[in-house]
Amino acid sequence: MFRNIGELVILLLRTVQALPLVWRQRLKVIDQLYEIGHTSLLMVCILSFFIGGVLTLQTGPLLAERGLEGVLGSIVGVSMCREFAPVMMAILIAGRNGSAIAAELGSMKVYQEIDALRTMYIDPVHFLVLPRVVAVAIALPILSLFSILVGWLGGALVASINEQIRVPTQLYYESLRQAVDFSDLANGLFKSFCFAIMIGIVCCHQGLTTIGGPRGIGRSVTKAVVNSIVLILICDYVLSRFLQYLE
Amino acid sequence: MNQDQTMHGISVRVKDLWKRFKNNPEPVLKGVSFEVYPEEIFVIMGPSGSGKSVLLKHIVGLEPIEQGTITLNGEALDSCLESRKYRIAMVFQTAALLESLTVAENVGLYLSEHRLKPPQEIRRIVTEKLRLVGLTGVEEKFPSELSGGMRKRVAIARALVMEPQLILYDEPTSELDPISAAIIAGEIVKLRKQLGATSIVVTHDRDLAFAIADRIALLYQGRILAMGTPVEVKMSPNPEVQRFLNIEINLSEIVESHEKHP
Repeated sequence: MFRNIGELVILLLRTVQALPLVWRQRLKVIDQLYEIGHTSLLMVCILSFFIGGVLTLQTGPLLAERGLEGVLGSIVGVSMCREFAPVMMAILIAGRNGSAIAAELGSMKVYQEIDALRTMYIDPVHFLVLPRVVAVAIALPILSLFSILVGWLGGALVASINEQIRVPTQLYYESLRQAVDFSDLANGLFKSFCFAIMIGIVCCHQGLTTIGGPRGIGRSVTKAVVNSIVLILICDYVLSRFLQYLE
Repeated sequence: MNQDQTMHGISVRVKDLWKRFKNNPEPVLKGVSFEVYPEEIFVIMGPSGSGKSVLLKHIVGLEPIEQGTITLNGEALDSCLESRKYRIAMVFQTAALLESLTVAENVGLYLSEHRLKPPQEIRRIVTEKLRLVGLTGVEEKFPSELSGGMRKRVAIARALVMEPQLILYDEPTSELDPISAAIIAGEIVKLRKQLGATSIVVTHDRDLAFAIADRIALLYQGRILAMGTPVEVKMSPNPEVQRFLNIEINLSEIVESHEKHP
């Protein structure tokens, strides 16, 4: 485990060191961004809409019983910003795109494509890791922002049509507007950015250290997704505590 | 990396090379030593699992040297690789083409990634190198659309773009039909004549080895059993060498014996 952590830190440092080369790799970054966007956007919409809806469904009746339905918008608004959008989108991207990254690099490792790059003096960190990590780091905060907006919409719809809640859309958004400020949004996007770097590095590392044939690739994909999700949840607590401290 | 260096093959000297993998107590290489002279075709022959590919990976720097030394033109391999003093290309057994790139992008990758030439010049060089290995009109195809023989030839073209001083071929004719294998063998000899590069070919194909080699080394269970010109190796008194060289596998006899004694 300590060896893995060490390798992850080294890969992260080497990727940061390679950042000045990102302009040279811009076409690969755009390719990856397109890949992440077109495979995840519909999923992001569906997931976020229902997260907002369920959040309203679970808290709305309790608040309505106590005559606090007016703060429903605030609760959904802040929860989506600070917690649900960044965490759920990170888990989605780890499963959807992190697994694809691990599988692609794992297959390249197993079929000697990475060895071929090395013999041409092409550094796999510059050529393969950098564009993927940068693309995930750009895409995830954008998807999280999108998720926040769609989640608010889902919450508003359920709040207005559910008989036990019956909060008008205008009241819902008024409450949301009063509670959510820029720091909530920045908080969520900062978390998303950190999760993105982590997913990119963990999945690339798993891909690059794949051994064995197709079974090895399968093992790497599973480990990449599981490790990413565990780290997202641990990191979420640490980052939340850190951001609370800063505030 | 100096693309303008003059094209001359380099000498390779391997001395007392040992390799032991973590999960296997038996060493894969047991004190292998040989020297390859500039511009010669040196074939390392041996049965599967004898350590040929591992040896090749050491020479190109893909495996770290644990015990022994490798020198290129008398200089330690590590410092040569670090300074990129010599251009070393390798043609992999699986061709190892990047599946997500087209043939042209694969072949021109070395030049484009290191920005050694402008795009138009790279396109011209790619077409030229593909023509040199007998391929035309495949530039925009993806590797998955090519046959095994064509993939190998694309891999050779990719190696040639580096204008290598040393080319390493790992089982260049494996998984190929006899006609494709003969074409590849012809390419190896032709390229040595045209480029003057030193070639090290690893194979278990005896016909290929004797057809193209200036010298042959027979590697068996991690040791070199015989080394010399094709004639010298054929005349070797070592019974293991003779067993490897003279074994004839008659498949119909094997099938018949299985039918008689299932």
